[in-house]
Amino acid sequence: MPEARVIPLREGDVPVRTAEPFVPGDYDDTDAPEWEKRLAGALAFVRRRITGDYPIDEFGFDPDLNDHVFMTAVRPLYEKWFRVEARGLENVPDTGGALIVANHSGTLPLDAIGVSLPLLDQHPAHRHLRMLGADLVFRLPVVAPLARKAGHTLACNADAERLLSSGELVGVWPEGFKGVGKPFSERYKLQRFGRGGFVSAALKTGVPIIPVSIVGAEEIYPMIGNMKTLARLLGLPYVPVTPTFPLLGPLGAVPLPSKWLIEFGEPIHTEHYGAAAADDPMLVFNLTDQVREVIQQTLYRLLMQRRSVFF
Amino acid sequence: MRPRRVLVTGVSRFLGGRLAAHLAADPDIEAVVGVDTVEPRADLGRTQVVRADIRSPNIAKIIANAEVDTVVHLSVVATPLMVGGRTAMKEINVIGTMQLLAACQKSPSVRKLVLKSTTAVYGSSPKDPALFTEDDEPRNLPRSGYAKDSVEVEGYVRGFGRRRPDVALTMLRFTNFVGPSIDTPLTRYFSLPVVPKVFGFDPRIQFCHEDDAVEVLRLATLEDKAGIYNVGGSGVLLLSQAIRRAGRVSFPVLEPLVSFAGQGFRRAGVVDFSPEQLRFLEHGRVADTTRLREKFGYVPRYTSLQAFDDFVRARGLNRVLNPEVAGAVEAAVLERLTPRRRIHA
Repeated sequence: MPEARVIPLREGDVPVRTAEPFVPGDYDDTDAPEWEKRLAGALAFVRRRITGDYPIDEFGFDPDLNDHVFMTAVRPLYEKWFRVEARGLENVPDTGGALIVANHSGTLPLDAIGVSLPLLDQHPAHRHLRMLGADLVFRLPVVAPLARKAGHTLACNADAERLLSSGELVGVWPEGFKGVGKPFSERYKLQRFGRGGFVSAALKTGVPIIPVSIVGAEEIYPMIGNMKTLARLLGLPYVPVTPTFPLLGPLGAVPLPSKWLIEFGEPIHTEHYGAAAADDPMLVFNLTDQVREVIQQTLYRLLMQRRSVFF
Repeated sequence: MRPRRVLVTGVSRFLGGRLAAHLAADPDIEAVVGVDTVEPRADLGRTQVVRADIRSPNIAKIIANAEVDTVVHLSVVATPLMVGGRTAMKEINVIGTMQLLAACQKSPSVRKLVLKSTTAVYGSSPKDPALFTEDDEPRNLPRSGYAKDSVEVEGYVRGFGRRRPDVALTMLRFTNFVGPSIDTPLTRYFSLPVVPKVFGFDPRIQFCHEDDAVEVLRLATLEDKAGIYNVGGSGVLLLSQAIRRAGRVSFPVLEPLVSFAGQGFRRAGVVDFSPEQLRFLEHGRVADTTRLREKFGYVPRYTSLQAFDDFVRARGLNRVLNPEVAGAVEAAVLERLTPRRRIHA
């Protein structure tokens, strides 16, 4: 993964849409040593943050912050701890809209970032994944602005279609809380795939659906119980009991170092159906089942190939 | 239909005054009648200013005597600070609009009504789509303040439209005004030395420059632009980003304490935060302005970012920490740390 070691904090990594650089002079980096370039990049980044000089898109996506801070912060967890191995990235187009549909698991939705990281680091076009999240995400303090700044938005058809038609790569986890909060005993069994809203968004915008299967995320926090009363009190969908949580307190937040395999499957094309097909419920259900079936079969195949949970 | 005789309510306030002055300078317009409770301070040219309260039935006489064919309703006020309390504000907004519409309905000469509304009618909640289009309904109906008044005003205007289908209606839902001269709760907010914000939230904010607002109002008055339009600059700023661009320091207030802090500011008479505005400071709001560009045919001259920067520049807000200073500091630090570095000026 040579692309994974992107030099962080480098101007030009980010498509700067409002070009207003207050750079006092051009940095001549032809013969400057690496550390100087990094220092110059870091200083420029700090200056941009202090003066508010960075572009935000209409959804609140802050690519400058996402690429240089968020992704840099989580990269070691996925590269060193989970040792994510991404396959089939060639199935993701270099340009234009596409809908990434994946299975959801792991008690905490860490698998979502696991999918977006290889797309940014290893995909030749270094694509950003714009995920659709539950409204709970946008209700929680601290979490809500982080999600927006990382480029994610509310799971609703209006937002999905707006992103897809402007050529973005959109990620959905149709199982939602049913998938991420399912007991350990049901691992790798796909839950119901929502109401197929994601399929109608893809049909309406004519973009391909790319089924993605994630193996490994199920084992990071094995959920053996659910404190339902506490969950109801806190207004959360579930409060997990894992072998380490709440027994070890904050240490319970350390995920188990499972080995992850992420396979990007062959795209399911939708443009030949036409936009009107989005209003055909039978087609929507059939396509939803097809996507679900592809992911389920791929999960079984990957599980057969896997030598052990941790290696 | 080209308007010949125009009535502008709220003429003593910023937008009303600017619009009336523009219309008065147009030789094709026979008469511009401006109505407000206070005398305007600006020079409005040949505008006939009538000191009247639109809450009283006198407005019907004014419309009848002047044979008005176009009514531009701008006197829906956003903050109780300027009019002396929430009760008075509600009366001006809702009862005033009802009286004005009653007068319009009786008048045979009225052919067009332009209403200044707000995107606040969409509310602000975590269940909102990222961008509101004109056809979207609010997820949570605004329950107080300016937003609630605006929802009611729009409702009355729609009702009027049903009873007088011959009158062309234009409803303009503006995003937050900003600019060198306009005075709104948000411009006051960004002028505070320390800007309070809700801890753990960073809303997206969209701005409409005052010049664009006046131009859209002028076009809506002069040309046939019936319909509902969101009006605002393209793009958004995050609240934190806006505070930084204004060279301000933010002060995070925990959510449970926010309403107390809001009351404190209201008592001090600095900035009025209604519960709706506090929700806005949590979840923000962005409107889709495609219809303005494509159907109305106006592309705002200022993006949200440019509008805000113009406001910051004109008010001299970021005098201490501005981009030039930050750039100079950056260059000096780099110079000090890397002696071999070369700068091309």
